Amino acid sequence: QEVELEERLVELDLRNDSDVPDVPPASDSTPEILKAALSGLSARWKNWWIRGILSLAMISGFFLIIYLGSFMLMLLVLSIQVKCYHEIITIGYRVYHSYDLPWFRSLSWYFLLCVNYFFYGETVADYFATFVQRREQLQFLIRYHRFISFALYLAGFCIFVLSLVKKHYRLQFYMFAWTHVTLLITVTQSHLVIQNLFEGMIWFLVPISSVICNDITAYIFGFFFGRTPLIKLSPKKTWEGFIGGFFSTVIFGFVFSYFLAQHQYFVCPVEYNSETNRFVTECEASELFQMKKYPVPPVLQPVLGWDMVSLYPFQMHSIALSTFASLIGPFGGFFASGFKRAFKIKDFADTIPGHGGIMDRFDCQYLMATFVHVYITSFIRGPNPSKLLKQLLILQPEQQLSVYKTLKSHLVEKGILQPSLRG
Amino acid sequence: NLQESESENKLDGETASDSESKSEFGGSAPVPTSDDTPEVLNRALSNLSSRWKNWWVRGILTLAMITFFFIIIYLGPLVLMTIVMCVQIKCFHEIITIGYNVYHSYDLPWFRTLSWYFLLCVNYFFYGETVTDYFFTLVQREEPLRILSKYHRFISFALYLTGFCMFVLSLVKKHYRLQFYMFGWTHVTLLIVVTQSHLIIHNLFEGMIWFIVPISCVICNDIMAYMFGFFFGRTPLIKLSPKKTWEGFIGGFFATVVFGLLLSYIMSGYRCFTCPVEFNNDTNSFTVDCEPSELFQLQEYNIPLVLQSVVGWKTLRMYPFQIHSIALSTFASLIGPFGGFFASGFKRAFKIKDFANTIPGHGGIMDRFDCQYLMATFVNVYIASFIRGPNPSKLIQQFLTLRPDQQLHIFNTLKAHLVDKGMLGSLEEA
Repeated sequence: QEVELEERLVELDLRNDSDVPDVPPASDSTPEILKAALSGLSARWKNWWIRGILSLAMISGFFLIIYLGSFMLMLLVLSIQVKCYHEIITIGYRVYHSYDLPWFRSLSWYFLLCVNYFFYGETVADYFATFVQRREQLQFLIRYHRFISFALYLAGFCIFVLSLVKKHYRLQFYMFAWTHVTLLITVTQSHLVIQNLFEGMIWFLVPISSVICNDITAYIFGFFFGRTPLIKLSPKKTWEGFIGGFFSTVIFGFVFSYFLAQHQYFVCPVEYNSETNRFVTECEASELFQMKKYPVPPVLQPVLGWDMVSLYPFQMHSIALSTFASLIGPFGGFFASGFKRAFKIKDFADTIPGHGGIMDRFDCQYLMATFVHVYITSFIRGPNPSKLLKQLLILQPEQQLSVYKTLKSHLVEKGILQPSLRG
Repeated sequence: NLQESESENKLDGETASDSESKSEFGGSAPVPTSDDTPEVLNRALSNLSSRWKNWWVRGILTLAMITFFFIIIYLGPLVLMTIVMCVQIKCFHEIITIGYNVYHSYDLPWFRTLSWYFLLCVNYFFYGETVTDYFFTLVQREEPLRILSKYHRFISFALYLTGFCMFVLSLVKKHYRLQFYMFGWTHVTLLIVVTQSHLIIHNLFEGMIWFIVPISCVICNDIMAYMFGFFFGRTPLIKLSPKKTWEGFIGGFFATVVFGLLLSYIMSGYRCFTCPVEFNNDTNSFTVDCEPSELFQLQEYNIPLVLQSVVGWKTLRMYPFQIHSIALSTFASLIGPFGGFFASGFKRAFKIKDFANTIPGHGGIMDRFDCQYLMATFVNVYIASFIRGPNPSKLIQQFLTLRPDQQLHIFNTLKAHLVDKGMLGSLEEA
């Protein structure tokens, strides 16, 4: 019997999609209150109302957390990461009927822990440098995080190898690969989101809002004007919705950035103040967030009636971000749609009534987060000064001396340092 | 009831095709292994029985590979880098081909092109991250290289996204699952093969000894474990690889540690092995010339009292690197084999005998390198954690992109630190 099951599952790979059995549908988790309130309406309107109410609830929740500050946001990002990971892994179990593979559930969570530890050591620990310096054990854990996380990962790897069971080799390798690809997608990108957050909350808010706005406006434009289908994968999407959503999102991003750029709370890099043990966002606003006058191109002058416009340079960047959110972000959604069709599931999970799982809401966000991070490191941010200083202090004394001389000659050349003064 | 009988009917109706595909699977391996042995060897060994012939073929090819290894070491870092790249590409090709064979997906639209395209993007990304630091001055001089290097993250991400969008657009109705499988397969392969080959190149630039000693330890462990197993092998080690024995494992461990100590002793004496590889932009070639670091200077160590009576000396002169080599050889003997077991499990899971048939008697390139990959990552993590400090030229490069007030702050902190250490003293204009 076992052999038959294994062989059957193995041969599932060779057959056409149409022969693959459906995964059992998710249960309905709509709260009773909503159901009672909407019991009078027809099924279609009921669904529309549930989606609408839940959308508003999620957006309110989002604003609340922003108000509560950076630390809560970090926790939120982490919780979403864990939930998305859980959803995708559970799909893997359901697809392969592999819920009972020896060790596998523990190993998946264990690998999640290792990779998170590795990433926290690489990035977040730098921001908490002063906090870490004071505690001996933390210092050790951070300084050697690469080695420790690699050793932990290896232990998991060896346990996987030792857990290989004769009749289930293929399934176990599938789940191993599934776990790793999921880690690659969810964990790396959630850490990129946190890094964007530390750059300044505006780099976290504007991209996410642009994706949400594009979702909503593309739906609305599609609802009212939709005629030409966009892609076979998602039959409900239309070209009219796509293009309408694009223009609205760019305008939204532009306007939203204008409002956010005025407040230090959103614009300053998040820093950890070890005296007050809190996150502070206070700084001298960088050039990006200082108003500049831009000449309006002659083409638009008669339309707008001005010849100069005061804008924040960040708003130019927001155009790039919103463009990406509208044009490329949807491909993340198409990828997820294709994935769901490939494995014959309707939604990733049933966490949010009317919407599906957390992953259903975040499928477009992931590409966005990576893009924003790459954008920031390529065009905006210089290296982190405290990290640079830390590395300089680890160098060998002779190296430090030669670096010192090079830096000095550079600073003198640029006129930042006066050669006659003694430093 | 109805559902049960439906599924039963499905099974019955497909019994014929099941047994067909079963025989296809069980009978011949998807990757047929043709005999690649050169004619010359075949004739020379024609009188021996097939068992000895196999032994001789393996032996001769092993010697050939080791000789080849020595030759390319002699030829220098650039050739080594090229060889590492070629090995990477061949391993990627082997694993992807297995995927095609397993899923009969050779004809999926766009897939072959996309796999190679992703390989290119990821390589470009990694070259931009690491290797260009070493070629910093060369890159700064040539204008197109400078842009390609400075914005490599953005460009490689944009290229990757193009491939991603092409994949999404190429999804075909009946083949979604297969296409996602191949996409996942490609990415896991990239993760394994490309990242680790770049870690190897990173290790190489740290000093050729960090490249040669780990690889030699893995090879030595392979050979020693085989010999100990051949002569003394009795207790099987693990179900996955029935030919491995505990005697071979433990004998190989001790032999490899001793081998590592000796090899490190010999190599630490030569600058060409211990110095970091640097690119000299005046001569446009690689140079390995430096003041040997503390690791490669002989030091007196006190022998623990326990061993003094055995060995007869009180102190021993060793290179500190030899102590590190013990860690490296231990890893190569104890954990390295798990890479081999993983590959064995993989081959059994997909019912293939070897990854490919590139090397007669041995299988594919991946068969030879399955233990090396874990080793390369370990060496890189080891160096980054315990040995190497940050790269000074990279730090200067980063410094130059900071704002003036940040630069001044760092400069003053560094100055205060150096004065503290007595390196600058009262002479400000050092």
